[in-house]
Amino acid sequence: MATVTKTWKLFIGGAFPRTESGRTIKAVAGGTVHHLCKASRKDLRDAVEAARAAQPKWASSTAYLRGQILYRLAEMLEARRGEFIEAIRATSRTTPRKAKAEVEASIEHVVSFAGWTDKIAIVLGSQNPVAGPFYTFTGIEATGVVGVLAPDESPLLGALALACPALAAGNAVVLAASERHPIPALVLSEALATSDVPGGVCNILTGDHAELVPAMATHRDVDAIVAAAKGKHAATLKAGAAENMKRVTVVDPASDFTEPRWRSPVAFRGVTEAKTIWMPSMA
Amino acid sequence: MQPAQAIDWSYAPAPETFPVELSPEHGLFIGGKFVDPRSRKHFETIDPATEKKLSRVAEAGKADVDAAVKAAQKAFKGWSRMRPAQRAGYLFRIARRIQERARELAVLESMDNGKPIKETRDVDVPLVAQHFFHHAGWCDKLAHAVPGVEPRPIGVCAQVIPWNFPLLMAAWKIAPALACGNTVVLKPAETTPLTALRLAEILQEVDLPPGVVNIVTGAGETGRLLVEHPNVQKVAFTGSTEVGKRIARACAGTDKRLTLELGGKSPNIIFADAPMDQAIEGIVNGIWFNQGQVCCAGSRLLVEESVVDEVIGRLTHRMRSLRVGNPLDKNTDVGAINSRAQLERVNSFIECGVREGADRIVCFDGALPDTGYWVAPTLFRGVQPAHTIAREEIFGPVLTVLTFRTPDEAIARANDTNYGLSAGVWTSRASKAYEVAAGVKAGVVWLNTFNQFDATSPFGGFKESGFGREGGRAGLAAYLA
Repeated sequence: MATVTKTWKLFIGGAFPRTESGRTIKAVAGGTVHHLCKASRKDLRDAVEAARAAQPKWASSTAYLRGQILYRLAEMLEARRGEFIEAIRATSRTTPRKAKAEVEASIEHVVSFAGWTDKIAIVLGSQNPVAGPFYTFTGIEATGVVGVLAPDESPLLGALALACPALAAGNAVVLAASERHPIPALVLSEALATSDVPGGVCNILTGDHAELVPAMATHRDVDAIVAAAKGKHAATLKAGAAENMKRVTVVDPASDFTEPRWRSPVAFRGVTEAKTIWMPSMA
Repeated sequence: MQPAQAIDWSYAPAPETFPVELSPEHGLFIGGKFVDPRSRKHFETIDPATEKKLSRVAEAGKADVDAAVKAAQKAFKGWSRMRPAQRAGYLFRIARRIQERARELAVLESMDNGKPIKETRDVDVPLVAQHFFHHAGWCDKLAHAVPGVEPRPIGVCAQVIPWNFPLLMAAWKIAPALACGNTVVLKPAETTPLTALRLAEILQEVDLPPGVVNIVTGAGETGRLLVEHPNVQKVAFTGSTEVGKRIARACAGTDKRLTLELGGKSPNIIFADAPMDQAIEGIVNGIWFNQGQVCCAGSRLLVEESVVDEVIGRLTHRMRSLRVGNPLDKNTDVGAINSRAQLERVNSFIECGVREGADRIVCFDGALPDTGYWVAPTLFRGVQPAHTIAREEIFGPVLTVLTFRTPDEAIARANDTNYGLSAGVWTSRASKAYEVAAGVKAGVVWLNTFNQFDATSPFGGFKESGFGREGGRAGLAAYLA
């Protein structure tokens, strides 16, 4: 056993608080017993509040700046490559080779979205040739606060595949880590804390999805949800989301997140809004 | 009350003192290495503000250009087939290194070019880094830039760039070429080769595969050898319309792809209802940014007749506060003209303007430095549309003022030129701004602003200002088969 073992906590508003509930989840990784935070509905509300506070500034920073900050996050992931591989290997009992491949794909994924920030509008925006004397443009904006439910398969790559499009577009994220393998997401929280991603832009919770899903679904200050979910969870999300017309994107938790579609413009569908501006073109 | 006293507005010197190491001699960058020229020839590059020699630079001859093209051909297979995300990795690292070495590059650029450190530090070099960063992101997204066709590179690109934005033009050429999977032979201008060679060092630092970018220094003959080389598949040139036409003729009869970013005589249109304080700053920025040595400079000021006296009154007042001198002084607004040849060209246009009957107005109270190449900010009133200074590109800090009465006349005068690179429109009415923007034949139109550049925003001209765009999605087309 190492001389000092790490205490894993939640990541909210750029800080590492313990759950207000005091509840823990027992997890064994690498022969060490950990007591992770079991986030409560109150922790979720705190995370949403932090996300809401951080989102406007994140969205209004230039796309170029957001790109550089996400690239910086990739640099921080690279620096923790070993720790990520170990976390994935230890908790999900996968082979070292597969763990390494997942970490490499994850870093590449973040870099790819660092390159998306200033191309979302180029690829998805338009000038609309309306049949009248008007200039009409459609721009692309962030939806707002996005809840993300990470899958158990590929706990790191899956979390990033679902969170990166939202972040790149200028949303703030509340990420519920993989329920079965939460530690890779907690390592991610440490990478986020040492990157230039502003506090509150990406918050990470560990806990029971059965408890977090209904709370996230009905929270009126969550604007969109991207969830690796099936069956009951998916239905609960969609029903709860109707309350404030949340955009819900449900993806198969067993998806192969290395497929090109996860890095394509399709990824921005549920986390962006199209805004069309009309302007007379004749004096 | 104390009687008003004359206030001394002079500034204490504020020189940028960042030390830039400069080797006395520079070789060619071929196949990832700096090599001595087979031509055995060198030329000197000087600081145009002091006329002092900065370094000796290799002059690439035929054998050198051959070697560079061969190196680019050899590198093409590996580079074009590399996984796009891996190719992106190199470009992102280049962008980061440029940011790390930004001040060094800015100082060196000011030394070799003569432009103020304020501009190289705050405009040129940040845009260079952005250009690489933006295009790094395109590498794995080209399929979304050209939907429906498989994005394929063209091959070896011959790129010849001018001296007015030396490193920025290198970035505009190299970054999209590499992002699309092409390899490059770049020829910087003979008066400003040093920052491109410093960029070559950065390419070495990030382990860019040898031959992906090659840099051959030299003058017009080196450029001619490069663009006429039979093993080049793509030619990209930024420079004068005269040379652009020569290159277009040289490429005729070959299958080479060609893009040209050439001269301009861009109108900057001021309506009576313009936000006047901002417009005056826009005029100043339009023509005295980089000493007016800007292809898209707002060199033809078109002012609505009713406000011409007000505009000229405010403008001449503003001109008096421009600081002309040492490019490395952080307070300098207007630096040195890049070369003696360019100085003589600008002065001959000024003489021509006077001779043809326009009124020259120079509002500069200070003294120009004793050494170096300098032109005080100048404007001409009473210019007729047929005057030489209203038609030809001066490429210097000289503004010609014409007038108009209606939006239609403004558009007609704006388009009364063979060029079509950029235009500015200043009015408080958005609908009028858009109507005039729609009528002007120019590749870039700035509404209530001027001289804005961004890696995401395509730049390039209509008519004899050339064809092809640089930046954004439109810019990628030039480098995809």
